[in-house]
Amino acid sequence: MKPRVVLVTGVSRYLGTRLASTLAADPSIERVIGVDTVPPRADALPVLGRTEFVRADIRNPLIAKVIAQAEVDTVVHMNVIATPLGAGGRTAMKEINVIGTMQLLAACQKAPSMRKLVVKSTTAVYGSSPRDPALFTEDAGPKALPKSGYAKDAVEVEGYVRGFGRRRPDVTLSVLRFTNFIGPHIETPLTRYLSLPVVPTVLGFDPRIQLCHEDDGIEALRRFTTEDHPGIFNVGGSGVLLLSQAVRRAGRLSVPVPAPTVSLVAGLFRRAGLVDFSPEQMRYLEHGRVADVSRVAKELGWAPRSTAEAMQSFVERAPRILNHETVAAAEARVLGLLGARPTSQEEPARA
Amino acid sequence: MPEARVIPLHGQPAEPAPKVAPRRRARASATASAPAPAPMPAEPLPSAPEQQPTDWERKLAGGLAFLRRRITGDYDVDEFGFDRDLTHHVLMPPLRPVYEKWFRVETRGLANIPDTGGALLVANHSGTIPIDAVMTTLAVHDHHPAHRHLRLLGADLVFTLPVIAPMARKSGQTLACNADAERLLSSGELVGVFPEGFKGIGKPFSDRYKLQRFGRGGFVSAALRTGTPIIPVSIVGAEEIYPIIGNSKTLARLLGLPYAPITPFFPWLGPLGAVPLPSKWIIEFGEPIETAHLGGAQAAEDPMLVFNLTDQVRETIQSTLYTLLMQRRSVFF
Repeated sequence: MKPRVVLVTGVSRYLGTRLASTLAADPSIERVIGVDTVPPRADALPVLGRTEFVRADIRNPLIAKVIAQAEVDTVVHMNVIATPLGAGGRTAMKEINVIGTMQLLAACQKAPSMRKLVVKSTTAVYGSSPRDPALFTEDAGPKALPKSGYAKDAVEVEGYVRGFGRRRPDVTLSVLRFTNFIGPHIETPLTRYLSLPVVPTVLGFDPRIQLCHEDDGIEALRRFTTEDHPGIFNVGGSGVLLLSQAVRRAGRLSVPVPAPTVSLVAGLFRRAGLVDFSPEQMRYLEHGRVADVSRVAKELGWAPRSTAEAMQSFVERAPRILNHETVAAAEARVLGLLGARPTSQEEPARA
Repeated sequence: MPEARVIPLHGQPAEPAPKVAPRRRARASATASAPAPAPMPAEPLPSAPEQQPTDWERKLAGGLAFLRRRITGDYDVDEFGFDRDLTHHVLMPPLRPVYEKWFRVETRGLANIPDTGGALLVANHSGTIPIDAVMTTLAVHDHHPAHRHLRLLGADLVFTLPVIAPMARKSGQTLACNADAERLLSSGELVGVFPEGFKGIGKPFSDRYKLQRFGRGGFVSAALRTGTPIIPVSIVGAEEIYPIIGNSKTLARLLGLPYAPITPFFPWLGPLGAVPLPSKWIIEFGEPIETAHLGGAQAAEDPMLVFNLTDQVRETIQSTLYTLLMQRRSVFF
């Protein structure tokens, strides 16, 4: 069923703005209402189009009035935030994430017009440990529940969303667990991390990472908002990159840091305002996490571009420190200097 | 930029101009057509028939191309983290002399491994450190006509250790759990498992060639669910490389390891004691035990069937081990 009135929470942040503007461009949707505690950035206003902005805190019962008065039938909940930097500390972040979701769900439960709820969650709910299966399917539980930060919030949010689903079985409920976002514009802890000229990694570990192109994230959210696909879905690119490989592709240098000093280094980076990595993301830098994304492809008949392609779009945005053409030229130079005739043999790198 | 000076090494007249020019041209056209500044593969160049590159030139070019791929990250890893490029060029080559010269591994029944499709290789485990796993992988890759990669299932401990954990993944291993085993088997991979685990590899020398308990039969249910054949593998020779005559339980507890081996040479001789004894190895790949006709996922829910099949595999390996031991002339020849 096509949505009539869509409410997007967290509209002032990058992905929220982009989703709202995409939905606003769809003439079949009557109204798009964006909610956030801060107004959208000035440069985002033109792209938001006919989106109506309501400055409200979802932690406040005011949100119930907005939903009831506008007869909202579809809510896209994107206000689970990943980093305490923008929220004003971990306590405020937890409040926005958990209490905000509870308030929003309470309002949705009361609204007779509600037909659909789409929640942007994260694959971080699976945790990250050496005893994990290589790929997490949607029904796999984490070996150890995330104990802190964003991942813990996301687990709690999903718990409340499940509760909501039990109380309002008539509402189509989609939970999208996204992998790390990357792309030409988006700013996340991971993109800031990979933009450092020298990337610190954990000595003796090389995690597999999985990425989702920002455009594909928006496209997935749009499809789940405008079409009915109930259930839990992992959304991200197929395939993986090793962290070392991603750093090399970005033309950066990695510096392995011994595990006991990692939290010290992370603290330094946090204080310097470079990258904000929380402890559970530190575990991610050791063990990584990969989700099985076949279910969403089967459900939608569409799949996000692969991890390698998503990485490529990011690589193009920042100049490489270590230029790949220089490396190739150096190779040719060395061959020439040694007088080796070019051979026709090229080992297949990718069999 | 001045042209690179070419030093003739083999007394042949070096001709830099025709060499360099086509390469440049090829690169220019490649950049024009490719939208992404992806690192260029060293294009195969048409070389004159009388100018066949010599062996060292081929090796040098291959080595440099490998280096370039590693520096620019231009290689693929699969979802399990298997890095084929690294495995072929770095991990496997130094093991070949060990395989051929030190242990003189003899393989039997390689034809029992299918050329395509999933199969589960189940082997006995021994030798203090899992060299038998490495040698079996090499045997299948180098000597099977289809040059297949054996994807091993490793213990939890492997994936918690720094350096070892990423190496294990890059060489094609993954965690021994049903989800991973079934995923690999159903995607048609050759999977290797050592159900004895630490009980087998860390057993005292006096218990050599006595199979330990075969876990809980998880490997059988994985094969049943995916309908893939089980191939029993018997490895003779690995028991003698580091004969365990003692086990320092206190040290093992301190280090968080399942056992801390003491051999006649280790730790007494220091690093020299870590050199494995040059025993003669025989690896026999047995006849496949088909599971496709047994009823798939339903059969995996039948514990009696799983236990019986586990026992059958275990008995097959045990009796093959005894037969091979009878045929072996001595430990070292």
